[in-house]
Amino acid sequence: MAENDLFGVHGTALAVRSQRMALLASNIANASTPGFKAKDIDFAAALKGAESGRLDASVTANTKFRLPTQMSMDGNTVELATEQTAFAENAVAYQTTLSFLNGRIGTITRALKGE
Amino acid sequence: MADTPMNIFQVAGRAMSAQLVRMNTTASNLANAGGVATTADAAYRSIKPVFRTQFDQATQMSTVNVEKIVTAGEEPTKRYDPGNPLADKDGNVFENAVDESRELVDMLESARNYQNNVEVMQTAKTLILDTIKLGR
Repeated sequence: MAENDLFGVHGTALAVRSQRMALLASNIANASTPGFKAKDIDFAAALKGAESGRLDASVTANTKFRLPTQMSMDGNTVELATEQTAFAENAVAYQTTLSFLNGRIGTITRALKGE
Repeated sequence: MADTPMNIFQVAGRAMSAQLVRMNTTASNLANAGGVATTADAAYRSIKPVFRTQFDQATQMSTVNVEKIVTAGEEPTKRYDPGNPLADKDGNVFENAVDESRELVDMLESARNYQNNVEVMQTAKTLILDTIKLGR
């Protein structure tokens, strides 16, 4: 994704957070599907790659299979505690990014209005 | 459905439907627990849904579908009960093959998973609405 001067890193960060939320939702949805392998995005690496290259390619390259702490007998690697923690953390980070964007928009708006 | 990209609501929504199917099979199984029949073939056998992951290449998301519903578990057990009106000529009845404790555990698990998906959907909804309100 091209460097966006107005919003800095936050525009790209929001897109990566959104993709990660979708992936974690997929993991939670497949919590009881035998043989399902949970995946997650390495956020820091994906963001770094997206700043210099394409967002989709970077996210795909940094999507990794989750290493379970203990394998279940049906081959499913979703551990609900892990997934729920990651989902909550990601949701909070998404909200934070939104706040940054809102702050930036507020600043620009005030500057334009000349208040 | 296959040509449009999947979204997070479809992922969680279909998972909820799948868990609901599972809950329904559990209800059927528990409703038939303790029943008897004259022959082994006529006796009830536990039914179970088969979950299958559905992967969406475009968005890298995966949801879950119920592929089919199968009969699973042990065979009906023969019990000698000549007083039973359903007994065959040897005085035997066949008990429905339902493992009640396993069904209860299944019920709890699918209820928990259903709740998790509801939670995911609510969080996603809140975040998306906040994104729409960006800059206001």
